[in-house]
Amino acid sequence: MKHLLGLREISKEDIIKILNLAKDMKTILKSETKKTPHLQGYSVVTLFYENSTRTRTSFELAAKFMSANTTSISVQTSSVQKGESLLDTVKTLEALKTDVLIVRHSVSGVPHFIAKNCSFSVINAGDGMNEHPTQALLDMFTIRERLGTIEKLKIAIIGDILHSRVARSNIWGLSKFDNQITVFGPQTLIPPYIENFAYVASSLEEAVSGKDVVIDLRIQLERQKRGFITSKQEYYKFYGLNEDIMRYISGSTLIMHPGPVNRGVEISSEVMQLPNSTIDEQVTNGIAVRMAVLYLCTRKEGIYR
Amino acid sequence: MILIKNAQIVNSIHDKNEKADILIVDDKIEKIGKDIEENPDKMIIIDASGKYVMPSFTDIHCHLREPGFEYKEDIKSGSRAALAGGFTTICCMPNTNPPVDNRAMVAYIKYRAKEVSPIEVLPVGAITKGLLGEELAEIGFMKEEGAIAISDDGKCVMNANIMRNALLYSKDFSIPVISHCEDTNLSEGGQINLGYVSTITGLRGIPREAESTIVARDILLAKETKAHLHITHVSTKESVRLIKMAKEWGVNVTADTCPHYISLTEEEVLGFNTNAKVNPPLRTQEDIEALIEGLKEGVIDCISTDHAPHHKDEKNVEFNLAASGTIGFETAFSVLFTYLVEKNEFELRKVVELLNQNPRKIIGLPPNVIKEGEKANLVIVDLKKKWEVKEENIMSKSKNSVFLGKLLTSYVETVIYNGKILKKDGVLNC
Repeated sequence: MKHLLGLREISKEDIIKILNLAKDMKTILKSETKKTPHLQGYSVVTLFYENSTRTRTSFELAAKFMSANTTSISVQTSSVQKGESLLDTVKTLEALKTDVLIVRHSVSGVPHFIAKNCSFSVINAGDGMNEHPTQALLDMFTIRERLGTIEKLKIAIIGDILHSRVARSNIWGLSKFDNQITVFGPQTLIPPYIENFAYVASSLEEAVSGKDVVIDLRIQLERQKRGFITSKQEYYKFYGLNEDIMRYISGSTLIMHPGPVNRGVEISSEVMQLPNSTIDEQVTNGIAVRMAVLYLCTRKEGIYR
Repeated sequence: MILIKNAQIVNSIHDKNEKADILIVDDKIEKIGKDIEENPDKMIIIDASGKYVMPSFTDIHCHLREPGFEYKEDIKSGSRAALAGGFTTICCMPNTNPPVDNRAMVAYIKYRAKEVSPIEVLPVGAITKGLLGEELAEIGFMKEEGAIAISDDGKCVMNANIMRNALLYSKDFSIPVISHCEDTNLSEGGQINLGYVSTITGLRGIPREAESTIVARDILLAKETKAHLHITHVSTKESVRLIKMAKEWGVNVTADTCPHYISLTEEEVLGFNTNAKVNPPLRTQEDIEALIEGLKEGVIDCISTDHAPHHKDEKNVEFNLAASGTIGFETAFSVLFTYLVEKNEFELRKVVELLNQNPRKIIGLPPNVIKEGEKANLVIVDLKKKWEVKEENIMSKSKNSVFLGKLLTSYVETVIYNGKILKKDGVLNC
């Protein structure tokens, strides 16, 4: 596995390989030293064109725990501000002997574009509305850890499906394991043809009832200005995971959210604190998953370079 | 003198089709007949056995990029590319820099074309000054100087009142108004067709109604004003239906679509292929079927290429930054043959109508016909030849073809324009 660009194009076997390895990585995370030599001598660069705390830090820590040399490029202070094209940035990073580039960009397909134009490994840390594969992998890891399986489950994804790369990666990844996926959100945020990949519920109650997992999505508040939603208050009332809707969700249903959370918009503080909420755990698991991905992307047929 | 031997002549449905020799003297077809005597000392003899001879093609919608964007294409390179594809008359759109929105610019295009182009280049003037959609350009002066139509192509005239006035005003000068139908409020930020592929790639979608709502609007305006509206690069089934309805109403509307809209679907974009980023976007199989049906029924009158060259640097970028458009001159005929004639959708002579008779009629030109006494404007094609579209074989300055890597059947081997052999056996001779 040279690149991780998305879950749509990778196999079920590769996903299992990543999740199994992430389990080992989690034991390293739990150790006192939190250090392995797996990426010693490798240069890992993070290039984020969008703001991020958890994904960027998670990747950086994952690389550091594996002894990589890490560099973080801040677009705000880079040559991008001087008008340098992405292609030229990529060529520069190549000349700077980058081994792995972790990229986040607001445009779908950017990691694919970079992968076509470089010799190093590319890991997609979120591209536009397309994919956020490590987020879905950490969701799958968390589900498997909690429920013991990622197969044949009933899973609901709630919120802004249209713009969500997390939703897409989860749908592509979870669909490979014979799960029943339901989506729900305002009609303005449900993309066409999604019914080919998931059942579209007609109410929040229907969407969450009887589910093993409910994945709640972050809502971008600027969507209100573009006419996708009306107000935070109305969103919370009709699409939010609040106390009212909890009547339809069993105590064993996992409540997940990729974060950062808009408290009181897509989910209430009370729901976040329930024992079946996995929101903080997902963050920790993210490091383990990213360690596994970094490891696999730097191996050639399992042999150290 | 040129003697084409054993030519299988394909004129349109209504004209004579036969197998014969064609004798060309100066710029005219002198004689068509069986066994015309050969005189190798005095004439160039072309053996067309097994080949087909058709009138050369006319493209009413292309971009030559001069002035302002000569790094993508210029009048010389663009017209040579057109010639390579069998076109001997092309109409270039006004979205240059500066735009062709006044008589001096029309005169400039005509002057440059006369200087450097081996074929006929006819400028299309702008509808509005600066293509800004606010104030009508001097349509009368541009017509007087040689503009054959007006269009703000690349942009939609969003102000319905300006569009209405453009239609009304154009009537005094008997000049068609070519409309780029795109509601920019609906298409804003969109990169590809809104549908299956936009959902799975996360690329922003453009709803098909961005096109069809303006088609409907412009049809209503043309109905009221009784002006000649030409809707260009039609891409959706809804647009076809609306145009059909308009024709049944008696509205003076004509339309064209492009080879890529009747052959390729939105799935070409999968893998984030920026060469497949075109405007309007590639649609679905259902649309392709509706467009083909529209062509068969005469709802869509002709084929244009919308030849839109872009430099590699403008395509090898993030998808949202990539320029929209594909080149099309050199593949147009072969695409029509491969995707329509070979699949028995059309007879070959229908292609003559789509690439010659009907586009010429729309802009007020007489058709090219292979007939004694007519100008010798014709192409010789090998319908059996299979070829792969490769960058290195493209004549256009830009290589952004959505058909790169596709295998096509049929090839325009020879082009004769005004009695001169400008392309022979695949090699340009000008």
